[in-house]
Amino acid sequence: MPNPFAGESFISIGDKTRDQLESIMDRAELMEKYRNKGTDAARGLLMGTLFFEPSTRTRLSFQAAMKRLGGDVIGFPSTEGTSVQKGETLADTVRTVSQYVNIIVMRHPSEGSAKLAASLLDIPVINGGDGSANHPTQTLLDLYTIRKELGRIDGHTIALAGDLRYSRTTRSLSRALCHYDVKLILNSPEQLRMKKDLLYELEERGLNPVVASDLEKSLDEADLVYATRIQKERFPNLAEYEKVAHAYEIDRDLLEKTGNPHLMHPLPRVTEINPDVDDLENSVFFEQAGNGVPVRMALISDLLDLEVG
Amino acid sequence: MNPEKKKMKITRIENGTAIDHIAPGSALKVLELLDLKDEKKNSITIAIRVDSNEMGKKDLLKIEDKFLTPTESAMIALISPDATINIIKSFEVTEKHPVELPEELTGIFDCSNPNCITNQEREPVESKFKVTDKDPLTVRCLYCDNLMEEEQITHQLIRSK
Repeated sequence: MPNPFAGESFISIGDKTRDQLESIMDRAELMEKYRNKGTDAARGLLMGTLFFEPSTRTRLSFQAAMKRLGGDVIGFPSTEGTSVQKGETLADTVRTVSQYVNIIVMRHPSEGSAKLAASLLDIPVINGGDGSANHPTQTLLDLYTIRKELGRIDGHTIALAGDLRYSRTTRSLSRALCHYDVKLILNSPEQLRMKKDLLYELEERGLNPVVASDLEKSLDEADLVYATRIQKERFPNLAEYEKVAHAYEIDRDLLEKTGNPHLMHPLPRVTEINPDVDDLENSVFFEQAGNGVPVRMALISDLLDLEVG
Repeated sequence: MNPEKKKMKITRIENGTAIDHIAPGSALKVLELLDLKDEKKNSITIAIRVDSNEMGKKDLLKIEDKFLTPTESAMIALISPDATINIIKSFEVTEKHPVELPEELTGIFDCSNPNCITNQEREPVESKFKVTDKDPLTVRCLYCDNLMEEEQITHQLIRSK
């Protein structure tokens, strides 16, 4: 079958079909074989990682993925020491770097930045996060983790818990879950409810999410819980934040009391997941971060049309 | 009252454009958006909230020696989708057509999301929107996905001018 992604950029998840998402995940499964020992499929090829904003997991797992495929990486982890600080535009920076590499991964604070870069270049661009708009590879690895942990995505109950208003990851994941037959529970504090327009969109697309407040009840019903960080700056005062943050802390007692659902988190976590759950078999947030490697290996292989294995 | 007497008298123009069937009360907004640099040349007649058989009330603009660019035509369509354009040459209407809202709008007004890449200084990119709904008017930024409705669009149109 021809590879529909060859030579393309990967900017958002919203325009992908279920088949396309599944095909990347299938390829990620094949990559598991090479995620620790590597392959030489991308020998001689270079990736540019342009991080105009800091990142730990996204940047390092892209670098790991490219190197495991046998390629190499150049780039910057922040704009410090680059011409961006001299006032160079994004357009000029990406056009310059595209002269050196075969594929670009970028994170930038402005929404639409990756789309602009892709429109200017004739090499693939992967969006590693553009402002609050998109972070499509996070959603891919989230879906992949759900599929891997539960065997399949269809037929399960998934609870998103925490900040559902400002969190980019849950917004994007909930949209991708519209392709699947799942029961979705949206559990958040009143102040951090999912925005109405997204809620309507999910309903229109056939997902009928249940809006909930009782965390224990939601955990009890869910096969898998996806927790997110509650950000201090979203609250009018510290007391209000602490009250909500405390109510959204998931600890060992709560998990064991509620049938021990699988627990995911995009990380970094602060207080919403107590470290006393870390050694539970169903706490998979570090594995989730690790899944970024085979998923990104799969995506890079697709975009560069590599023969792996 | 005799219907003939009720009929309005508006000066004819020799060459230029008559924009008819403008939504009542919108003529001044339309005028604000048009490029009328040549103040001596472009004599303008404005009629606001005059009787109209089709619309009940309407606004009308006649501008001497002015022919609309496609961008100006699109801007009028955004503010007043039922407007019609009459091109006048030697006192005769030589062309008459309704304004048409294109499916995509490029470089006409700025995205209302300040963090959109199209609003960043010196980046070589024009705003670009897809019209997702004509009634009520809604557009989506093709870069940042921001949805904008009529009121915001009008605000941005005048701000971007």
